[in-house]
Amino acid sequence: MTHPPLKIADRIARWLPQIVVAPCFAAILFFVYGFIAWTAYISFTKSKMLPNYNLIGTRPYERLFQMDRWGVAQENLFIFGILFIAFAIVIGCLLAVLLDQKIRAEGFIRTIYLYPMAISFIITGTAWKWIMNPSLGLETVVRSWGWESFSFGWTNDANLAVYALVMAAVWQSAGFVMALFLSALRSVDQDIIKAASLDGASPWKIYMRIILPSMRPVFMSAIVILSHLAIKSFDLVVALTGGGPGYSSTLPANFMYEMTFRRNEIGIGAASAMIMLATVAAIMVPYLYSELRGKKHV
Amino acid sequence: MSDQATFNQPRTGASIALRVLLWAVLIVFAIWFLLPAYVVVGTSLKGLEEIRGGSLLALPHELNFSSWRHAWSEACIGVNCTGLEPYFWNSVGMAIPSVIISTLLGALTGYSLTKFKFKGANLVFALILFGCFVPFQVVILPMAVTLGKIGITNTVYGLILVHSVYGMAFTTLFFRNYYVTIPDELVRAATIDGAGFFTIFRRIILPLSPPIIVVSVIWQFTQIWNDFLFGASFTTGGAQPIMVAMNNLVNTTTGVKQYNVDMAAALITAAPTIFVYIIAGRYFVRGLTAGSVKG
Repeated sequence: MTHPPLKIADRIARWLPQIVVAPCFAAILFFVYGFIAWTAYISFTKSKMLPNYNLIGTRPYERLFQMDRWGVAQENLFIFGILFIAFAIVIGCLLAVLLDQKIRAEGFIRTIYLYPMAISFIITGTAWKWIMNPSLGLETVVRSWGWESFSFGWTNDANLAVYALVMAAVWQSAGFVMALFLSALRSVDQDIIKAASLDGASPWKIYMRIILPSMRPVFMSAIVILSHLAIKSFDLVVALTGGGPGYSSTLPANFMYEMTFRRNEIGIGAASAMIMLATVAAIMVPYLYSELRGKKHV
Repeated sequence: MSDQATFNQPRTGASIALRVLLWAVLIVFAIWFLLPAYVVVGTSLKGLEEIRGGSLLALPHELNFSSWRHAWSEACIGVNCTGLEPYFWNSVGMAIPSVIISTLLGALTGYSLTKFKFKGANLVFALILFGCFVPFQVVILPMAVTLGKIGITNTVYGLILVHSVYGMAFTTLFFRNYYVTIPDELVRAATIDGAGFFTIFRRIILPLSPPIIVVSVIWQFTQIWNDFLFGASFTTGGAQPIMVAMNNLVNTTTGVKQYNVDMAAALITAAPTIFVYIIAGRYFVRGLTAGSVKG
């Protein structure tokens, strides 16, 4: 030792930032990345009711993709995801633009549009299930008004149950998209708009040509967040359709839960979870990468 | 910002018609958003005869709160006819410690990552950030095994651990994005004056933090209260949080289906987060948009 050793207190002080980050970081490393590795491993084993650590290669994945239930779940996710994202964005965007027209009582209306975000999907599902009740729900009410062919018992129809999920999920999330867009609308450069309107551009043109295009990053954020929500959707299915009739409205998250906790097919459950992770990663990693990199340039 | 163009134009017939259309659309959507709330509250106040005989949209004949009492203290969840009350307290006992732990750790981690940028801080942040977006299905199974090994399966401690860990990713994101906006000079000046890590945190950073603490607490509370997946995966019977118990109550099939009690149960279960939303909606929105990474 050539130079005098630092006092222990000084050393601790120097490393304090790292020491403080350590618990959080270690927990994430173990409970997120460690667990992902664990699930990945299990997805290559013949685990049934209990984890079994003998590797059997890709057989669980092969079996997974042969299962009709998984095919239905993936197809449902595709339909649900596309419609949910499209409707949530169109409605959210429409409401934001409308609310931006110097509306009296804007705050009050905004509160109404946004309150579903405070509620859990379980509550949302329970409420809409009751509204869609075939004998006592909205269908009966509207028919009694004279619209005899009105049909709203979607949850009991294998062909329509997915659309019931879309409707309830859009109900829950459109207000959030509206809030996102409204705050973006309010941060558009006022001078450009003034200049355009002096040049005689109609309000419609100003929206379509200037304001909406300048909001591309918000569109991106909304799409990413909503697709993330869609892939994770689990509770809404449980409460609204129970995945039924049969398994016609099941989603991958429900498939995973069913296999893991009800059917003692842990290996298959793990394989399906890995596919879900891969789907999320395919969307999130490029997005996060561009977000984090973009920040440094600013 | 709004289009001044329409606003400055003379009030022609067309512009008035547009205004009417605008309000019509806004009101139709308001009805759509309010319909479930109206139906849930209305149904919970009706008797069963009134529900079967009358219209879904009809106002209740009288304010009958007996379903609320029944859902709170008598309704059967599986075989236990205790009502939601014990499960409500389970959720409270789970949410409060988890919110405190995850917010505290998130604040300290966010502070370290922004104001004491050590080597690799960005990588650490990126790894934590991705934790926000991992679908929880991928961690459920190992978590179930781990909770079993520690011996806290089916306890409130198990759920506190789970929610604290997975909530931390979000709280770190919130605090990190907030602390980035605090000028580094403040911290540097204090360091030169000889203030240490925790002194700076307590004296400078914490006094600037109340807005983001409120956002974090509200976000975490809402997420944890509304969680279903973890509750359903790691607890059974009397240890369940209210969200799981409520779902079981609604799906308990023994006896006559009591729609009014189901709706009262939904209302009781949703009440805490709605209450938070009503008193602190502003912060609520901020949390949602902060969750969109941008900060």
